[in-house]
Amino acid sequence: MNANTASMDSAVIETEHRTMWNDVWRQFRKHKGAVVGVFVFIFIIIAVSVGPLIYGVDPQAIDFKARNLGPVWAHPLGTDNIGHDTLAQMLAGGQVSLAVGLSAALIALFLGTLIGVVAGFVKSLDGPLMRLTDIFLSLPLLPLLLVSIMLFRDPLRTMFGPEKGIFLLIVVIIGVTSWMHTARIVRGDVLSIKEREFVTAAHSIGTRRHRIVFRHILPNILSPIMVSATLGIANAIITESALSFLGLGFPPDFPTWGRLLFDGTNFIQITPSRVIWPGVFIALTVLSVNYIGDGLRDALDPRLRGR
Amino acid sequence: MIQYIIRRLLIAIPTLLVISFVIFAILYFAPGDPTGSLPMTVPPEVRQQIRESLGIGEPMHIRYYKWLVQFSINEPLNILQHSFGITIGDTENRTRILSWATRSPVIDLIVERTPQTLWVVGLSFLLGILMAIPIGIVQAYRQYSLFDQIGTFVAMVGFSVPTFFTGVVAIILFSVQLKWFPMIYDTTLEVTSWNNFVLQVKQMIMPVTVLGFYQASQLSRFMRASILDNLNLDYVRTARSKGRSENAVLMIHVLRNSLIPVVTLIALGIPTIFGGAIITEQIFRVNGLGQLLIIAIEGADIPTVQTLTFLFAILIVLFNLIADVVYGMLDPRIRYD
Repeated sequence: MNANTASMDSAVIETEHRTMWNDVWRQFRKHKGAVVGVFVFIFIIIAVSVGPLIYGVDPQAIDFKARNLGPVWAHPLGTDNIGHDTLAQMLAGGQVSLAVGLSAALIALFLGTLIGVVAGFVKSLDGPLMRLTDIFLSLPLLPLLLVSIMLFRDPLRTMFGPEKGIFLLIVVIIGVTSWMHTARIVRGDVLSIKEREFVTAAHSIGTRRHRIVFRHILPNILSPIMVSATLGIANAIITESALSFLGLGFPPDFPTWGRLLFDGTNFIQITPSRVIWPGVFIALTVLSVNYIGDGLRDALDPRLRGR
Repeated sequence: MIQYIIRRLLIAIPTLLVISFVIFAILYFAPGDPTGSLPMTVPPEVRQQIRESLGIGEPMHIRYYKWLVQFSINEPLNILQHSFGITIGDTENRTRILSWATRSPVIDLIVERTPQTLWVVGLSFLLGILMAIPIGIVQAYRQYSLFDQIGTFVAMVGFSVPTFFTGVVAIILFSVQLKWFPMIYDTTLEVTSWNNFVLQVKQMIMPVTVLGFYQASQLSRFMRASILDNLNLDYVRTARSKGRSENAVLMIHVLRNSLIPVVTLIALGIPTIFGGAIITEQIFRVNGLGQLLIIAIEGADIPTVQTLTFLFAILIVLFNLIADVVYGMLDPRIRYD
């Protein structure tokens, strides 16, 4: 009886309406690393967004009596050299790190898709835009990032306030310097898709060009865009922490994971945990995002799906 | 082929001009004044004289032109004269790019620091290649084996974990806890005796392994994918059916073809030896090119920053070209006409 219902159930599932996204999801679930990555990433996001509300310790609170502590009950992850609670700082820093990563990746994604679609679709702009992409790819990015942060930090600080100014600067600068790979991939896909019959058909019934782009071309290049979005998040988080690590990112009173790691390196002989925790969380975030990207690439590839 | 190279070189010139102008313009519009850090007692006339001697008062296009001439004509001629004794033109009145911080020619600073960068970062790149190729081969040949799964996982971790974290962890483990290696790279150490040589090797082990591991994790993924692409091709079956040993099939037929994309990837990675060294040099306090750049940026030493950044850009453009040419030479299916 039991076995019968079970087989009935599976029969029901088999006849269920199959859509592309269902198939993608099914393939995605097969990639164990990607599934673990999703859980870890969601856990980190929930921890840094809800965590400060539950934990309720002010990350800026200074307690000189409790300096350089190891893990104790009052401070689960210990304290730093002027008595900041490391756990509270980790949570606050994680918010900033993730916010930088997500928004910079979003900017890069938008720019890359825009430039890629325009270059692929408008023939006269293809050459100039691709030259621009090549030039951006030949720029030594890390030195330029460092230079522009040093130069524009102070003017932006006076314009938008110390926290918003530096946040805007870093997000925009990382976004503006990491759109090139997305643009190249998108352009290639647009070039091949716009020659397909369904685009010609849309043309022939008088569809406007922007309508063709949004309705027919963009949905078909969604998979490379999604994959490069995940890789973009990982890249942005690493770049931000690298900048902070070189002392040219966020100021010490506005910590991110990279900044906490940088500040911790001077105290590795006293409190090595100040380096370990931010590092572990940067690594975990990037690793989970990379695994999600890997799984998405497999799941969105129609040649691999359904095997 | 030669025609192709010439054409590419000609295209590279405007690209480099644009890049040099971008770098110049970003720094030109920089707020900040090199005389700002001088004591308040310095009178304004003297300040003005200092500014003029640094060449700040002049309009933008003249400064750009001067810097470009100094960079692309004067300095190469100087190098020619120093290394080969060939003297061209007027050596006395030839101006050089001077650092604002040390007032010495920037090129001399760069020449001083290049060996450290090349030794530490170049060796790690070499180590990465030497690790990645065999690991990639075994992983692909035994696909889905335990070795492959562990290798894939380690490679994923290796390139997800930034070097500034692995480096610091290595310092905590091996310098602070175990006291095996020194924490700071001592550049004044000269290798004169066996003892000094041992010290030199000891201080190089950590930076070289940390960076080498990072490079290896990226390359081994490509190596594995490239071999997997080739393993099921017809020519492999043909080689096997001819009766060639498995070893010969893998090491001669498959390996040579799979190395083509990997070699270009290696060529593209060489400029990052210089640029990417910034972080590694900062962790282990190696006084190489990356550290020079950081010091120059913090001290607002604009000529040094300009020159170093443009040098990195030239390397990138050059190695892009080399990668394309090498690809064409290794793969006879590719023709540049």
